[in-house]
Amino acid sequence: MTILSGLGARARGLFNDVKGPWGPSGGDGGGGGKKGGGGSGGGDGDPPSPGPWGEPAKRRPRGPGPTSNVSSLDEFMRRSKARFGGDGGGGLGGGFPGRPNNSIIVWGVLGFVLLWLLFTTMHRIAPEERGVVSRFGRYSHTLGPGIGFTLPSPIDSVRKIDVENIRNIDLGTTGTETLMLTGDQNIIDIAYSVRWNIRDPELYLFELAQPDETIRQVAESAMRAAVSRVSLNDAIGEGRGDIETQVADIMRQVLDSYRAGVRIQGVAIKQADPPNAVNDAFKEVTAAQQEAQSYVNQARAYALQLTAKAQGEATSFDKVYEEYRLAPGVTRRRMYYETMERILSKVDKTIVETPGVTPYLPLPQIQKSQPREQGQ
Amino acid sequence: MMALIRRRPMLSGLVGLFLLFTVLGSFPIVPETKQAVVVQFGKPMRILNRYQPNEPIGGPGAGLSWRIPFIENIVWIDKRVLDVDMDRQQVLSTDQLRLEVDAFARYRIVDPLRMYIRARSEERVSDALRPILGSELRNELGKRPFSALLSPERQGVMENVRRGLDRVARQYGAEIIDVRIKKADLPDGTPLQSAYDRMRTARLQEARSIRAQGAKQAAIIRAEADAQAAKTYAASFGRDPEFYEFYRAMQSYTTTFIGDGGETPSPTTIILSPNNDYLKEFTGRGR
Repeated sequence: MTILSGLGARARGLFNDVKGPWGPSGGDGGGGGKKGGGGSGGGDGDPPSPGPWGEPAKRRPRGPGPTSNVSSLDEFMRRSKARFGGDGGGGLGGGFPGRPNNSIIVWGVLGFVLLWLLFTTMHRIAPEERGVVSRFGRYSHTLGPGIGFTLPSPIDSVRKIDVENIRNIDLGTTGTETLMLTGDQNIIDIAYSVRWNIRDPELYLFELAQPDETIRQVAESAMRAAVSRVSLNDAIGEGRGDIETQVADIMRQVLDSYRAGVRIQGVAIKQADPPNAVNDAFKEVTAAQQEAQSYVNQARAYALQLTAKAQGEATSFDKVYEEYRLAPGVTRRRMYYETMERILSKVDKTIVETPGVTPYLPLPQIQKSQPREQGQ
Repeated sequence: MMALIRRRPMLSGLVGLFLLFTVLGSFPIVPETKQAVVVQFGKPMRILNRYQPNEPIGGPGAGLSWRIPFIENIVWIDKRVLDVDMDRQQVLSTDQLRLEVDAFARYRIVDPLRMYIRARSEERVSDALRPILGSELRNELGKRPFSALLSPERQGVMENVRRGLDRVARQYGAEIIDVRIKKADLPDGTPLQSAYDRMRTARLQEARSIRAQGAKQAAIIRAEADAQAAKTYAASFGRDPEFYEFYRAMQSYTTTFIGDGGETPSPTTIILSPNNDYLKEFTGRGR
């Protein structure tokens, strides 16, 4: 209710003051002083003074007081004149009572309009941007890089779109698993990223409601379709490049059918692995391959060794045989004696010559001496 | 008139503002991305910027338009491609295998009048289409075997779903552009685990066969080497078996009694009789 009375007082105050700046505005300054004590104090205490030029700055309301707002348009103009230094005492106003300093207002408005025109007619478009101009909401043309001129603001509006920036969508992470089914009903964990940029900024702005989300969903769907056509071994191994090009092709096809105005630069598979749960089994296969290789290597080493040994022995026999053939009996004796020398010099020997001596061989002692020698 | 304005500046200011807003309001700006139904007291009168297929951007529909203030009201409808995203659905194939499918559909409002009458807003259209999309998907995919579910695009399954959904969407004034599957996975639990087991056993089998292959190759190499060595020996030793016997015996004695450089054999004691061939000269020649 105080609000209503305050409003009423304000309205009355407005119309009362129209009598003139020199006439007192009456007690309405005091009447509406229910709400907001601060500013209304000024209105309550002093009635508006008799002269428009004698207004000190303290008339300006310090707080949100409704009664101080009760002052009229004239009050406002008085105050603004005081702000401007009170120059034009009576001169600028001329014979226009109640409207002093009209031309300052006019100049102000004119300056504002000029600035507005300046800022909304000229547009600077960076080399990687394009400006989509819509006239009253309808698309009219696209500005290229440089300075572009359009009609001022409410008529034309320009939106600048970065068309060279290549954006990245990451799908699936290397930390968590993103599983997909392959063509042979196996499961693969895949992480990939898609690079795209805007090709037609006007289509990008006006065709799809959520272009970024759309591209992401199309990417997921395309990758799923591509993975479901290959087998697990291909996807993990050499088929990755194929999958990437297929995904890019499918995405291009779908997005062009939506008229999305984007260009897919490429798809990169960051990781294509079997899921964690079966990783050990896959490692088994690798281990088995290593083992098989090591079997073969060992066999080859054995073969080499054997062949070398055989060849060596054969060659040495051949050489000796050549010698032997030249003088068989002599060579045979010589070899015999040489071998015996070598052997008998290294062994314990006992020669029993004289007949009639009963040879007594203390076998246990001999046997005992052998282990002792062996021990040493 | 001017005197009146001068005498009551605030009132005339207010009236002026009011007139300004009214005038501005009766020339609405229709953006490229929206179409509108102009409704007079609840009755639809005309359509602004209606969607036409193959119309290029910047066509005549958008831009400045008009309406009767206070009597006519504008209902804005999005003209762009919108999407319906489905929750995960379990689909059963003909061979009783389950698959969890996550699909989405793209649609566009082509008949704004019908949409206004039936649904009033795009969210209501989405909400209405979502369960129908789910059931169409389950129906179509349920008619196929599991292996066909993995790549449904090949058999035109998604095209069937799209057509079925389109029939319903037309009643709401929308056109379904396409339906695609985002994810198709085995449900958690038994199907997933049994798939893992299958993968594991397949791998183990492969590992075993690789090892066997390796062993087989190794054996072949060894056998070949043995054969080669035997051939070499035979070629060389076979020329004079008797001499070979002697030669080999000499080698054998050396190895047995003094080792061949590898290990020292146990010490030997030899008892020689003077009749030994070695000691033949020892006894002195009885000439």
